[in-house]
Amino acid sequence: MSRELLSILLYLAVLVALAVPLGRYMARLYRGERTLLTPVLSPVEGALYRLGGIDPAEGQSWRAYALSVLAFNAAGFALLYALLRLQGVLPLNPAGVAAMAPDLAFNTAASFVTNTNWQAYSGEVQLSYLSQMMGLTVQNFASAATGMAVAVAVIRGLACRGEGRLGNFWADMTRSVLYVLLPLSLVVALILVGQGVVQTLSGAVTVTGLEGADQVIARGPAASQIAIKQLGTNGGGFFGVNAAHPFENPTVASNMLQSLCILLIPVAFCFAFGRMVGDRRQGLALFAAMGLLFVAGLAVVLWSEAAGNPLIAQITNTTGANLEGKEMRFGAALSALWGAATTAASNGSVNAMHDSFMPLSGLVFLVNMMIGEVIFGGVGAGLYGMLLYVVLAVFLAGLMVGRTPEYLGKKIEAREVSLAVLAFLSMPLGILVFSALTVIVPQALAAVQEAGPHGLSEVLYAYASATGNNGSAFGGFGASDPFHTTLQGIAMLLGRYAIILPMLAIAGSLSAKAPAAPTAGTFPTHGPLFVVLLIVTVVILGGLTFFPALALGPIAEQLSLVAGARP
Amino acid sequence: MTTILRPALVLLALMTLMTGLAYPLALTGIAQAAMPWRASGSLVEQEGRVVGSALIGQAFAAPEYLHPRPSAVDYDAAAAGASNFGPSAPALLEAVQNRAADWRRETGQKAVPLDAVTASASGLDPDISPENARGQAARIAAARGAETAEVLRILDQATTGPWLGLFGPAHVDVLGANRALDAALPRDAG
Repeated sequence: MSRELLSILLYLAVLVALAVPLGRYMARLYRGERTLLTPVLSPVEGALYRLGGIDPAEGQSWRAYALSVLAFNAAGFALLYALLRLQGVLPLNPAGVAAMAPDLAFNTAASFVTNTNWQAYSGEVQLSYLSQMMGLTVQNFASAATGMAVAVAVIRGLACRGEGRLGNFWADMTRSVLYVLLPLSLVVALILVGQGVVQTLSGAVTVTGLEGADQVIARGPAASQIAIKQLGTNGGGFFGVNAAHPFENPTVASNMLQSLCILLIPVAFCFAFGRMVGDRRQGLALFAAMGLLFVAGLAVVLWSEAAGNPLIAQITNTTGANLEGKEMRFGAALSALWGAATTAASNGSVNAMHDSFMPLSGLVFLVNMMIGEVIFGGVGAGLYGMLLYVVLAVFLAGLMVGRTPEYLGKKIEAREVSLAVLAFLSMPLGILVFSALTVIVPQALAAVQEAGPHGLSEVLYAYASATGNNGSAFGGFGASDPFHTTLQGIAMLLGRYAIILPMLAIAGSLSAKAPAAPTAGTFPTHGPLFVVLLIVTVVILGGLTFFPALALGPIAEQLSLVAGARP
Repeated sequence: MTTILRPALVLLALMTLMTGLAYPLALTGIAQAAMPWRASGSLVEQEGRVVGSALIGQAFAAPEYLHPRPSAVDYDAAAAGASNFGPSAPALLEAVQNRAADWRRETGQKAVPLDAVTASASGLDPDISPENARGQAARIAAARGAETAEVLRILDQATTGPWLGLFGPAHVDVLGANRALDAALPRDAG
């Protein structure tokens, strides 16, 4: 166990050591300064702007910024939907996959445009190579870049001196793809191929095993998609079983690299934030709050998986970690690390099956998603999601001392708090209301695999994953029913845009305010007290909203499991 | 409106060409040129025919072979999958009970390695635990008319320790071990 703990600590150290310089690089990039890659990429960047008729220096109001986000995402949605519906007659389809049904295509398009990558389909069975590449891989980049751009706009709203401009969406988005996502993806993908991740346009291969039985092995251009799916907190696998598939994640080395990629950009955003607002301690405070929440959840999952399943131990006369739904090369500890990281980061890729984790681990996964994916969270999305809690936290602090709350010198007033609450409500709406609908409608309830508390966990997980734009699943949940493909699609759109739009509105409102100089009465937002207040806000607002539902799901299951009772 | 529509459509088209075609195709070209064996699925050839992928588990049932973990999809590498059973699902406990009984019958041992009775995440797990492998040594030796110690030696050679001595558990590559067994201890003619 001590070796495993040491390996986890080393992972965390490497993660931070990589994220700090990346954060510095991103801050320079978004401020429009020269970076290491500028000499190589600026001609390409300039050409993109010229063809699009874009002036990257032109600052947009929050409304123009939001409209640009919506227009770009709507166009991406339409293209992806069309590709999925027409893939049967388009090229690069060696397996002869047919067109996707309308409801599933809607679900998949919503899923990839919103950076969720919920997979109601199985990639090797229902997608052509063309759809994987020109459809899904493109949206892996585009949705990640959208989240990064929105975060940058929100940061500018906080940092600016009252000009009322949030920057240029087209420039922010283009720079995110060209300077961050694409170069990192190329490097990561090549390392992954070296470990054994497939990257071929050839179709499946049939082999005859040592015992003489035939085995058909699906392949495809996987490495290119996997690199960006991890870096962009997308999570949608090339194969149905995602990063548990030996062709997606063949070795412990590939596993550790992908685990790093899951959290790399979200962690880097904390440090970029500090630099962009001109006070690195502010970024450190957000990093500390997120980091403490992450480590707390990770510790529970590590412990609960290592302790194993007492019901199975009774049968085998052996005690050990929970291995159902896990790969032997990763074992329980690295599966626990991945599970905590992928649910915290709104990534959603899995290297082990979350449905088969112990109930307390499932509880941590659910909480990570339900609080709105703000423990590092999706690329960009985690940062602006946490800033939403920051608005609420300083508001609560202001109530306690009877002063108008401020953050980074900007007064937080009724408009900002109302918008923050509006954004916050999208989570309970998408998770609790939609889960309740599922439980009431018989056709919807048929999707649940297991009776009792675990069945409720499956429903909650599905809608927490969709609304939180995570994309991982309790796989026993039959997500391909048209009721759920449609409702899940709506939940994903809600969880994305019902947070992006209010956050941009808050940023717009703050951007018009001139920052006030700090006085003796200003509540400092960089010290330990603020970190604790922020954590408490997240836990109370996010956690307690969902506690009654969680008590009936994973908590009830854990209690009955410990008691040795079977449902 | 065109101030927003034009950049949206143009950038989407260009991003599609860059990230949807140029990026994966360039990567395919580089990967196939530099690491063709890895990029094409790490296929293992033996006596001129492809017997499997070094990375993908395959089913083994004969007593002279090392057996892999249970698979929810019977090692169907065209549609991988897991059981997705929750930890207290009756179907899971029933399956574990049956597998444990099989293990005890085949090996004569009472303590059952956990990976021998639980299904993997992919259904294509190429590895098993060292305890699971060693537990099968006597059965393999008997079926091949060989010494158990010799089988144990071969299994140890197919065992990979933690990566960098730190990350992940030790595990035994089933296909690799079985090929080594065939090479070192050809099956009895009878």
